[in-house]
Amino acid sequence: MIIKIENLNYIYNPNTPFEKKALDNINLTVEEGDFIGLIGHTGSGKSTLVQHLNGLLKPTSGKVIVDGIDTSSKDGNLKEVRQKVGLVFQYPEHQLFEETVYKDIAFGPKNLGLEKDEVHSRVKKAMELVGLDFENLKERSPFELSGGQKRRVAIAGVLAMKPKVLVLDEPTAGLDPRGRDEILGRIQKLYEEEGITIILVSHSMEDIARLVNKIIVMHKGKLVMEGETKEIFRKAEKLEELGLGIPQITCFMRRYKSRGNPVDDTVLTVEEAKRELINYLRRRGNV
Amino acid sequence: MADEIIRIENVTYQYGSGGEDNQLTAIKDISISVKRGEYLVILGHNGSGKSTLAKLMNGLLLPTKGDVYVNGMNTKDQDKIWDIRQTAGMVFQNPDNQIVATIVEEDVAFGPENQGIPPLEIRKRVDEALRIVEMYEYKKHAPHLLSGGQKQRVAIAGILAMKPDCIILDEPTAMLDPIGRIEIINTIKKLNREEKKTIVHITHYMDEAVEADRILVMEEGRIAMEGTPKEIFSQVDRIKELGLDVPQVTELAYELRKEGFDIPNDILTVEELVKVL
Repeated sequence: MIIKIENLNYIYNPNTPFEKKALDNINLTVEEGDFIGLIGHTGSGKSTLVQHLNGLLKPTSGKVIVDGIDTSSKDGNLKEVRQKVGLVFQYPEHQLFEETVYKDIAFGPKNLGLEKDEVHSRVKKAMELVGLDFENLKERSPFELSGGQKRRVAIAGVLAMKPKVLVLDEPTAGLDPRGRDEILGRIQKLYEEEGITIILVSHSMEDIARLVNKIIVMHKGKLVMEGETKEIFRKAEKLEELGLGIPQITCFMRRYKSRGNPVDDTVLTVEEAKRELINYLRRRGNV
Repeated sequence: MADEIIRIENVTYQYGSGGEDNQLTAIKDISISVKRGEYLVILGHNGSGKSTLAKLMNGLLLPTKGDVYVNGMNTKDQDKIWDIRQTAGMVFQNPDNQIVATIVEEDVAFGPENQGIPPLEIRKRVDEALRIVEMYEYKKHAPHLLSGGQKQRVAIAGILAMKPDCIILDEPTAMLDPIGRIEIINTIKKLNREEKKTIVHITHYMDEAVEADRILVMEEGRIAMEGTPKEIFSQVDRIKELGLDVPQVTELAYELRKEGFDIPNDILTVEELVKVL
């Protein structure tokens, strides 16, 4: 287990007229090698929870333990926590600031006091991981790049810290389909090839369905559902009650089944639906 | 022509000036006619030129070559620029960048105040605009405490209060969550159907284009495809080539057809596909 959250409560502006309970008794365990989708509509507490994972916020009560370190204990080493858990915010490209792509990505590792050679190899590797050409782009200004490229520079900056857990808050917001597929493809590779534990916050049920193996659902500061991807998307009515949905393709298969066609309605991708339907339609055709 | 509200004639637009290598041609010899009352969607991936095209439509940018006419007025005509912007109002991506006042109704009143409209008339217009976008109950609220979708509706009301014939929306849902997106799409439909506004909606979300009268797909500063949603979405390979998506059911229907199943090539919704299978 890499992250353990116990009875976590968080209150914004305590003891003022603006007091608001943002997290309400959250209990959660993240295992190494998990790929978790965190969903919930705006204001459900997702971002507040995410900011607890690397000590940016400290619990009002309860505990967050990252790889054995309690983020709220006095001797808890937050620097170490932030190295273990890399956090990519929404629109991370707004945080780029250096003159060159290289310097921007090198900023974190340099601050760790690493040797020049180590910084160099980390920058190079991080750029490879997000699919940015090292030789061509390292001396370019990050501000001259396309939106999708800027975002990948920002993610590379986090990866250069070699985190064990990567948390991404809506990494595809505002990108076009091509940019989105590029980023998601890279994230999947990080998971599969680098073995990084990933927590993905997203509003797109289609993206969640395609990628993650576990889902956590937040609602009004509470963790209301938790389970494997298929298991969660089987509960369409419950998700709709929470203002969420299921992938369009899953919705189609459910509706099709309810009209008397015995198909597997737990499919999550177009690819799966195609296989299932071809089997079913051919069988039906032969009767 | 009376039934035409915007005409773009052989327009080219270049960003940057000076040296050859400093220039980027964002729009390449485009001609478009937008009909009065039409719901037009312009699709394209980032960098395809769609936002530049939008800014040319109300004189925020002026063509390098060619002409743009709004209600017969040339956008190059300096004397007409305020009439042009009053005819074709523009809504942008980020609602936070478009809100200027600290109270919703004051924000909506900002446009007509600047037009020198008499106070009683402004009052009427503000109330009416807020009712249309269903934000009337929030008229005394502070905009920064509203949700993204609500803020964007306030921005739309601000444009409506200027009584434009045409509203151009440049990726109005890109920064919103799914609920906010639905709110804005419903508002746009209502503006078109009930208020009879001409709509030019720029987006890269294909599912938002399903109910348009006509779709233009841009690629590298040119118009790559044009047609009704059914005509456009039936060309799944071409759309993917252009870096865009189709709804999942459209893709499924297309894949099944490739496998030899007899399915029409213009499926856009879950219901349609359930019916034909």
